[in-house]
Amino acid sequence: MDSTLDTLSVPKTETKKKTKERTAQPYWNPYLSGFGLGLVLLAAFVIMGRGLGASGAYSTVVASGVNAIAPHHAAGNAFYEGYLGNGTTSPFKSWLVFEVLGLLVGGFISGALAGRIKKTTEKSEHISFKMRYVYAFIGGALMGIGAKLARGCTSGQALTGGALLNAGSWIFMLMVFAGAYAAAYFVRRQWL
Amino acid sequence: MMAPFYKFGLFGSEVSLIVAFIIGIGFGFFLERAGFGSARKLAAQFYFRDMAVFKVMFTAIVTAMIGLFYFAWIGWLNLSLVYLTPTFLWADLVGGLILGVGFVVGGYCPGTSGVACVTGKIDGYIFVLGLFFGIFAFGEAFPWIEGFFNAAPMGQITLSQLLDIPYGVLVFIVVLIALGGFLLAEKVEKYFARKDAEKAL
Repeated sequence: MDSTLDTLSVPKTETKKKTKERTAQPYWNPYLSGFGLGLVLLAAFVIMGRGLGASGAYSTVVASGVNAIAPHHAAGNAFYEGYLGNGTTSPFKSWLVFEVLGLLVGGFISGALAGRIKKTTEKSEHISFKMRYVYAFIGGALMGIGAKLARGCTSGQALTGGALLNAGSWIFMLMVFAGAYAAAYFVRRQWL
Repeated sequence: MMAPFYKFGLFGSEVSLIVAFIIGIGFGFFLERAGFGSARKLAAQFYFRDMAVFKVMFTAIVTAMIGLFYFAWIGWLNLSLVYLTPTFLWADLVGGLILGVGFVVGGYCPGTSGVACVTGKIDGYIFVLGLFFGIFAFGEAFPWIEGFFNAAPMGQITLSQLLDIPYGVLVFIVVLIALGGFLLAEKVEKYFARKDAEKAL
């Protein structure tokens, strides 16, 4: 009697555990996700006459922050002024800001549907959390400088300009891969 | 109705913000589907372990490029009304190089770091803080680097104009290069998977 009860109860607890932990689904095939991404990009071209972007929205946040703290300082700087506009409308009423807000929602929807929303830090076991955060900050800062210098990031330049066969975007894209492959060796312990 | 719709006055700037939001949802959705909310997945590209960055990017580029070419060819889309970022040789070269280093050091790019944040990656938030700092540093240094930023202006120019190759021919060449790249990417992944397995033994 006891043994039959045991065998019956084992699968029960297993299914309970499974629903509780909700294992994350695997990612989509890269060609399928790429095709979807390409259709979104094409929709932006057809509907709006422009491509996708990301870094511009972050620049609006920075320029608005500087403007809030030191308006005179921001007014004298052509870079900040470009994101602040002429003052008749809020700088946050911009296409890229709304697009990035959508990006956050879309990323959340996809992650939630696949059970991939989890508080975690992306790194290998060879480096500490502290080091990973230092790298993340430095990498982010370099990304910010590079994206502003190149007038766009992986979205606005590489993806958008790539599809438009924009000369500068293809130069940019080659250099992104060159820079990343050249630096990869020095930060390998972070990832491998 | 001719495309781009917005440029032909189908809707105004207020509605364009709603369009931006919806397009953004699609953008974020497919980035997350591809696994680009994960820095390890993204960085693996630069160690030849997972070539998803290349595959996703070039599939997207080829898809949108063929669509654009086709719509322009049948005369439905006016390509001259699609915004083309002007080329500045030195800023594009050096900016791309710095961004590439930042990509492998930080593990994300601006768009993917947003997806990382909403899916709970702590390093994604730190990366965004760094991003804000970098943009601020660029803004503060702007008066000094403005000359370099605007050096070697080439205007709004496509590869087809620069290399004097007909648009359709170049589209075809890029498709061939992408297909060759995909085949190579699959081979490279298999090679490194085998090597890693041998090492583990």
